[in-house]
Amino acid sequence: MAVALRHGIKVWHRRERGAELAVWAGWLAGAAVLVYCWQLISDKTIWAFVTDAPAQAADLGARMVPPDWGFMRELWLPMWDTINIATLGTALGVMLALPVAWCAARNTTPSAALVRPMALLVIVSSRSINSLIWALMLVTIIGPGVLAGIFAIGLRSVGFCAKLIYEAIEEIDERQVEAVRATGATGSQVATYAIAPQVLPAFAGISVFRWDINIRESTVLGLVGAGGIGLPLNAAITMLAWTRVSLILLIIIATVIVSEWVSAKVRHAII
Amino acid sequence: MSIAATVHRHWRKPPLIRHAWLRWALGAGAALYLALALGTIEVNWIRVWEGLPRAARFFAAFFPPDFTSRTSEIVDGILESLWMTVVATAIGIAMSIPVGVGAAKNIAPAPVYYLCRAMLAVSRSFQEIILAIFFVKLFGFGPFAGLVTLAFATIGFYGKLLAEDIEDMDPAQAQAVRATGASWLQWVNYGVQPQVMPRMIGLALYRFDINFRESAVVGIVGGGGIGATLNTAFDRYEFDSAAAILLVIVAIVMLMEYSSGYLRRVVQ
Repeated sequence: MAVALRHGIKVWHRRERGAELAVWAGWLAGAAVLVYCWQLISDKTIWAFVTDAPAQAADLGARMVPPDWGFMRELWLPMWDTINIATLGTALGVMLALPVAWCAARNTTPSAALVRPMALLVIVSSRSINSLIWALMLVTIIGPGVLAGIFAIGLRSVGFCAKLIYEAIEEIDERQVEAVRATGATGSQVATYAIAPQVLPAFAGISVFRWDINIRESTVLGLVGAGGIGLPLNAAITMLAWTRVSLILLIIIATVIVSEWVSAKVRHAII
Repeated sequence: MSIAATVHRHWRKPPLIRHAWLRWALGAGAALYLALALGTIEVNWIRVWEGLPRAARFFAAFFPPDFTSRTSEIVDGILESLWMTVVATAIGIAMSIPVGVGAAKNIAPAPVYYLCRAMLAVSRSFQEIILAIFFVKLFGFGPFAGLVTLAFATIGFYGKLLAEDIEDMDPAQAQAVRATGASWLQWVNYGVQPQVMPRMIGLALYRFDINFRESAVVGIVGGGGIGATLNTAFDRYEFDSAAAILLVIVAIVMLMEYSSGYLRRVVQ
């Protein structure tokens, strides 16, 4: 224990002197990096706009109330589209994620030297490219609309789901697999009777979790033309119809809170 | 039991959902939903069909990725994204600590709890892009708007996880510190903080990761960083440069993922 003698009295300290100094040096270095980065950003900022921001925010806020409730009846269809994009996109992503996860998990991959790195590359590229960028590309390819949104969400979800599923596969109890294999089961029988039952709860939880994230992501896909509530949002912002914008934002908050509640309930029921 | 009866008994795999009626209801509901959802999607199949050769050309335009002709723009964009990420993560986490502590049911009084939870819900509901559109309107173009966006989004993510972690802590240790006569601040510092610290450091690294990835899109709506460079490349139809930018993003994210995984193992 670190104890320092001060005026002949033993005083408790959390760390030894060396550790204390190291922690301080770490904080100092961190602060220096932070200040340096801040300086670089500050150079690129027009501060007149920033100091003006509170007045702008107040002005914008005043233009947003009251929300244009009458616009609501034109929002039901985009809202339905948004939910469809999220749900069907999640389904697509999960279906694509299963084989990828199978190839990426160390204990099930057909070849650790060749297939596994490829599966990991698929996972990383899907995860690091945002769904908006996927949508940007897909709108160019298959045209604007809900379908591009579904594919964007699906392609983006593959990486996330596959990563979590392959981690679940790697954590399974090997003894059960061995027991099933000892009965003379074929490879596909081992998969259905030994591996699948062990990862199924995790799989269901991951799907619902991703669905909840996808609801949030699909609200913005309309900004690049991929359907959903983002389309009227973009139109309202472009037309400076701020009372409509505030209504759409309220609807987004409500949907996200409901979907979060649903996903928490379902995951609670599974686990 | 007679042998004949044993022979005719077959073992069946137990289903995931135990109640038969719930299983059937979920199945029927899913089928109904699928029919409805697929029925309302308007797909212009002619447009999709026309798009396929275009897709081939589109992806052909990506290869080979062109790192050379826009090198300085790419480097500038990546560096700007990195600064933005560093500052936004630091500010966001610093601001999410009071909110997160306030949103923990076991240590905050009820009014503070509901206020902080509401703040977290609002911050989590909006995609970074929507926030960025507004912050660009308020603060003008450039990395500052992106920085505020990422910091704001960090509050929702980090604050919620911090609050949940505090709610899951071991009350015995906190009580022991309180029993020594510690003030509230000392109690939080010595009774609560050490319990949540290891996980929160890991989550900070994870959020850094997310913020870098998100900084690639806030640029699309004017928030600075590599997203602005990427958007320019798309707008100019310089798909080979865009491919280079995407590859650089993937590489950096991969690098950060490995190093943050390593750091997390060291810390925990």
